[in-house]
Amino acid sequence: MATSTSGAAWKSGDVVSDQFPAGLRVLVVDDDPTCLMILEKMLRTCLYEVTKCNRAEHALSLLRENKNGFDIVISDVHMPDMNGFKLLEHIGLEMDLPVIMMSADDGKDVVMKGVTHGACDYLIKPVRIEALKNIWQHVVRKKKNEWRELEQSGSVEEGDRSAKPSEDADYSSSANEGNWKSSKKRRDEDEEAEERDDTSTLKKPRVVWSVELHQQFVAAVNQLGIDKAVPKKILELMNVPGLTRENVASHLQKYRLYLRRLSGQHQTSMNNSFINPQEASFGAMTSLNGIDLQTLAVAGQIPAQSLATLQAAGLGRSTAKPGIPLPLVDQRNLFSFENPKLRFGEGQQQQQQHLGTSKPVNLLHGIPTSMEPKQLTSLHQSAQSLGMNMQVNTHGAQNSSLLMQMNQPQSRGQILNDTASSHVPRLPTTQTIVSTGLASGVLGRNGITNNGRGAGYNPVMQNSSMLNFPNGFPLGSASTMSGLPSQGSFQEEVTSEVKGSVSFAASYDIFNDLNQHKSNDWDIQNVGLTFDASQQSNSIPSGSLDLVHQGFSGSQRNMPVRNQSNVGKPMYSIGDIGHGNAQNTSQHLNTLLGDNSIRIKTERNTDVLADNGFFPEQFGQDDLMSALLKQQQEGITPAENQFDFDGYSMDNIPV
Amino acid sequence: MDRNQLQRQVALMRSSLIEQVPNPSLPSLKLLVGYLDEQQFLQLEDLQDDVNPNFVEEIVTLFYKDSARLFHNIEQALKSRPVDFAKLDNYMHQFRGSTSSIGAIKVKNECNQFKEFCLAGNAEGCARAFQKVKQEHETLRTQLETYFKLRRQAGLAETV
Repeated sequence: MATSTSGAAWKSGDVVSDQFPAGLRVLVVDDDPTCLMILEKMLRTCLYEVTKCNRAEHALSLLRENKNGFDIVISDVHMPDMNGFKLLEHIGLEMDLPVIMMSADDGKDVVMKGVTHGACDYLIKPVRIEALKNIWQHVVRKKKNEWRELEQSGSVEEGDRSAKPSEDADYSSSANEGNWKSSKKRRDEDEEAEERDDTSTLKKPRVVWSVELHQQFVAAVNQLGIDKAVPKKILELMNVPGLTRENVASHLQKYRLYLRRLSGQHQTSMNNSFINPQEASFGAMTSLNGIDLQTLAVAGQIPAQSLATLQAAGLGRSTAKPGIPLPLVDQRNLFSFENPKLRFGEGQQQQQQHLGTSKPVNLLHGIPTSMEPKQLTSLHQSAQSLGMNMQVNTHGAQNSSLLMQMNQPQSRGQILNDTASSHVPRLPTTQTIVSTGLASGVLGRNGITNNGRGAGYNPVMQNSSMLNFPNGFPLGSASTMSGLPSQGSFQEEVTSEVKGSVSFAASYDIFNDLNQHKSNDWDIQNVGLTFDASQQSNSIPSGSLDLVHQGFSGSQRNMPVRNQSNVGKPMYSIGDIGHGNAQNTSQHLNTLLGDNSIRIKTERNTDVLADNGFFPEQFGQDDLMSALLKQQQEGITPAENQFDFDGYSMDNIPV
Repeated sequence: MDRNQLQRQVALMRSSLIEQVPNPSLPSLKLLVGYLDEQQFLQLEDLQDDVNPNFVEEIVTLFYKDSARLFHNIEQALKSRPVDFAKLDNYMHQFRGSTSSIGAIKVKNECNQFKEFCLAGNAEGCARAFQKVKQEHETLRTQLETYFKLRRQAGLAETV
């Protein structure tokens, strides 16, 4: 990733062109033509490149079309077509550009709102040219932070690419540091070098990649696209305070290795993971994971509350289950994860083992449908990953993220386990994560996506669903999915994954189908639902799959999520758990977001439950359903569902 | 008038518009004192350059055109029953933004009065305040038109 995001000369690397800040590309949005004209003139006088726009929607499309076409955005607060703060959120989430708010209103609460929504500055009208002359500082500041991370991660990434064993559980590995230091030298042109010195010399505390954190990470990676995910951007997307680029970089490395491993050893039994000395400690965990999977499988029946309990129990169990059968896991390479290095948290270890790349999100996907009650725990974890997924979605409603999740079919099983174990702890954290940083934005994004963009998430779902529709599930709804940008790779993975797990293929399809159905407005939901569907199919004899399919097809309602949930009921195991988790998460998210985005999550859960009407008895998931229903009331389908289920590979689920 | 005189007139008028000191040589300008915020208006004038020599005039023209639209909306809202104060406040907020951008102090003051009534839910008070806003708005327009005319004359004289 180039340090300079765009072609502006002054942006490249450390070197700031002599003309800086001349040429700064500013987008100014204001519905007042007088102000707009004055601002344009003022900015031109500052030698900036100005693009003016009097409608927020138009501004957004301008930004989207040309992601790197602008350096900074100035927007009015009161606009007829869209609230300035909403625009602010969008921009922050999608393009991560500095945004300056302005208004004739100088009330403290309005200014505070600007701050909380992430505006880098707030100008009171009438705007003075002196104020505009200094806006370049916001751009530089942001670039500087990014750049520094880039430098760090860049060097780290290179090291990572060398495929060094990821057994190194130490995030701040010497290699990283070494790279970092070398990159540091490159930057000693200005004071930045000094800063870097300080940072480099400061030994950063080892980062524990909790389930939530990992979920966030995966979400960010998915959003960016695994091929394009660079630590700097991931870090920005994750927006976790205290997390450094180094951390992300090393984690990314591991994740990549994990992915490779997954694709390479689709059928790797988890035994490997068991055996893995490093994972020895996780051994118990792995076993737990297996259980989790099972739990997840039957999760369907577990009400949200139980899930929560299970989660807690699962967490405890994860550490203590040595003899858990992990047949599913084996297939899933749950444990073939690179290494336990990623320690997500107490229960994370398991996941790490399984995941290797510590992708909690994936875990959820991989949750085997036929889980026992224990699976609940894993479901919880899955839910967490779902939550993460949600976050991923929020990040930008990037399909890629969803796809990514789906892509980990192999890791599905593992994911399940991992999610199971890691989700539990993660679930709560997920929410917190959500609430931090971009949470609001993310959530908002989800909301947006769910509300109606649908495009954002759909893409992801599409990919997954597309992959898995050997049965020719109606992917119609999936059509809403747009932009599955980096799905390609993902799909392949999924496909292979699916193929690998014949038994789950069907369920997988269901998933996709489910997802697709929901793509309407519950992109996220779809994701989640698919999961359910797949899970259910696993647990239910093939016959039930038909039901699922039918139910699914039939339920092309506006609440696709529901349909899916119904369909997925049989496979609920993981899905349910996920839902349960999702519910919890969504609930949390709801509080966090307090708006659509959150609602989407909850709805998904509820939808799933509610729509289980298809197979209400079968799954005995009444509790879960009711829980979901409750969430539905919020009217939002949890994005989590969507995510998690996309990548759900049923391989692990013993049918 | 010769060029110098014109220019001086322009300068005087401008300072009268901006400052509160009435210029005895231009008695008519007494009416204009304090109409415009010095800093803001001067800033706008500073923006004028070869590319946009009549920038301020363009801005003012745009302002009046846009305010006509806003005024219409406000009048509609005032006529409707029940009076939608939220809408009124919204419109007036928009108007106040552009008003302060060109530095029209007196107009802005009247806008603030309007806002007070609006917040209090006093439809009649709003109507009265709005009338004042319109008055000030018109007065300023006349003054500015004169000012621009003078300026153009002085400018033209200069290029000659």
